[in-house]
Amino acid sequence: MVDPIKDELIYRVLYIDLSRKTFWVRSRPDLFNKFLGGTGVATQLLKEELRPDVDPLSPDNVVVLAIGLLTGLYPTASKVVAMFKSPLTGNLGESHAGGRAAIAIRMAGYGAIVIKGASEIPVYLSIHEGKVEFKDASALWGVRSSLTIGKVLREREPWPGLRTIMRIGRAGERLVRYASVVLETYRHFGRLGLGAVWGSKKLKAVVIGGKRSVPVADVSEYRKVYKEIFDEITKSPVMQKYHDLGTPHNVMPLNVMGALPTRNLTSGKFEDAEKLSGESFAEYSLARRVACAHCPVACIHIAVIRERYPHEKYFYTTRYIGYDYEPIYALGTMLGVSDRDGLLRLIEEVDVAGLDAMSTGVALAWTTEAFKRGLITEKETLVKPEWGDWKTYIEMVRYIVKQPNEFYATLALGTEEAARKYGGLEFALTYGKNEMPGYHTGPGAHLGYLVGLRHSHLDNAGYSIDQKYIGKQYPPPEKLVDEIIEEEAWRQVLTSLVLCLFARGAYKPATVVKALTPLGLKLSEEDLRRVGFEIYKEKLKLKLALGYKLDELKLPKRIFEIPTPNGLITEEYMIKALEYYRNKVSEMLK
Amino acid sequence: MNIKITRLGRVSSSTKQVGKYVRLVVTDPDLCVGCMSCMFACARRFPEGGLGRTAIYVRSVGGVERGFTVVVCRACKDPPCAKVCPTKALIPRSGGGVILNPNLCIGCGNCREACPFNAVQWDVYANKPVICVHCGYCVDFCPYGVLALEEVA
Repeated sequence: MVDPIKDELIYRVLYIDLSRKTFWVRSRPDLFNKFLGGTGVATQLLKEELRPDVDPLSPDNVVVLAIGLLTGLYPTASKVVAMFKSPLTGNLGESHAGGRAAIAIRMAGYGAIVIKGASEIPVYLSIHEGKVEFKDASALWGVRSSLTIGKVLREREPWPGLRTIMRIGRAGERLVRYASVVLETYRHFGRLGLGAVWGSKKLKAVVIGGKRSVPVADVSEYRKVYKEIFDEITKSPVMQKYHDLGTPHNVMPLNVMGALPTRNLTSGKFEDAEKLSGESFAEYSLARRVACAHCPVACIHIAVIRERYPHEKYFYTTRYIGYDYEPIYALGTMLGVSDRDGLLRLIEEVDVAGLDAMSTGVALAWTTEAFKRGLITEKETLVKPEWGDWKTYIEMVRYIVKQPNEFYATLALGTEEAARKYGGLEFALTYGKNEMPGYHTGPGAHLGYLVGLRHSHLDNAGYSIDQKYIGKQYPPPEKLVDEIIEEEAWRQVLTSLVLCLFARGAYKPATVVKALTPLGLKLSEEDLRRVGFEIYKEKLKLKLALGYKLDELKLPKRIFEIPTPNGLITEEYMIKALEYYRNKVSEMLK
Repeated sequence: MNIKITRLGRVSSSTKQVGKYVRLVVTDPDLCVGCMSCMFACARRFPEGGLGRTAIYVRSVGGVERGFTVVVCRACKDPPCAKVCPTKALIPRSGGGVILNPNLCIGCGNCREACPFNAVQWDVYANKPVICVHCGYCVDFCPYGVLALEEVA
């Protein structure tokens, strides 16, 4: 078979062995032609490389980073997929990040990178011009702030403007199971603990850079389709909200409908939501908007805080902090924090440590409620957690990293682990051990988190199905499950190509067909949907091989107690939905 | 030099009057979000995807929070890059800047060294400079108005 894609370098998979400090490249047209890249290819590479029973924090765990056929060719193809065994859930870990990484990987001449083994000493990798350099990171290990690591490597490494600097913070080094990898300071592989996996491998950072041409098969058609998509993205009202206020656009609408999880989801409304709204941030705090590489939307919103040094007259520090909807939910409303600058400082601390904002917020929210109920005392928490007290929460973030006692060492394993030990499982908001995203919109959202293969709200957008039905007849469980699976299967196509899901409205199936054609890949909409289902099934199989148990799927009790915009969720409805889902799955895998 | 800012955005053949020249200008780098759409647009002229050949270059000024710098030929009237070209491959262009004759270019890189703005980009495959021709194709792909074409008097 002749490879349809003209750019052969996309087929190249870079394998790096940290134990032996070696690397090699294999061309895998089979994978990219069939699975498009990203999620699809990463699933296959992980299946090939990972023994299912390995300890996620042992040298045997494997990290795959993958981009797709559209990376470097079309706008908003700006994401990288990371896949690994998650130390938080013990199951499949998949996390997506923007920044400059996707473009940098394609420009460096690879389609995917597989990182195996573990180093004895801290190292960082410098990947450019066909080489992988293993560099001593002993001096970087233990540095308090992940931001400093970025600053240091920016000076030392080549390809400014055309590179990514991915690194972990102290949380990753100290194996907090929800540690993140920070990219370009304001983007993250946030979820499911990739940072801890890097920490266990003594991998402090990865810098990738380069510059090259990507040939296409039909140049004039490529330019034409590019322009159409570019215009759609820059002029469409769908993208406008990400562009204007960014993701915090969601704060007010969700609060009005009563879907904004507040104080460990003891309410769906936050009385001070206006102070944390996208509008308020834009008016009082916004300093600059920036974009991921090759995305004209520029949804990244960066706030500024100006702080006076307490003992020095006329000395100020001016700092920049990225804000998005999910951190505002997890570290703001979930903790009852209404002081905008306080929230920004808390977000900053989480970034400095290199933690996932969502898991950290939910863990702290559970801790606060457990403390108030007397399940734990100051002996465990060392401080007195109180809703809204962001200064105490900053101290607690530091304790999660430092783990000075058994309680914090347990909390560093995840909210569910802590709740199993200290009680309060009924209000521990976790799904397959992953902490909850910020939407309490109805059954769709919660079912979506539970059965979504990443346990992410972006897997299947159950929250958006919910919002469609507000004030209308909510569909029966079977229909909800069908909709969720259908959407998740399609999204596998988008995250394999790899497109940003915020641009999903611009990349309808017909547009994706058009975008692939000039590259030499002739697929119909039907073909694409089939590939989506195929990837969905492959990922599900991988999850099952890693120990995913469909009959052990459980929802936190709390979600049935607090009304959603679609009314109270009933256990009966969810039991039926799960039963139907299990049947669908066994049918699908037959 | 008398320059009239026209903010044409696009120069159609009708605005390209005889005897009038245009040049690409960076109107305000603080408007730049670093999306690199201009760089990808320039590469499509060649025509190809990626960033292998692009005459415009965007990078942060030291962390994206501090903003970006947009580096591109500013169409010098007396271009230093042309002065140091040993083979006369770079010839001053009417209206400023230079025109590259790739057949004469030996890839010595003197031009890159000579430009104080570091605006001479490099094609590593051909080992020759990538020279901005001030066509304005990138302007159409900058949604933030960072780039514009202006008439050179």
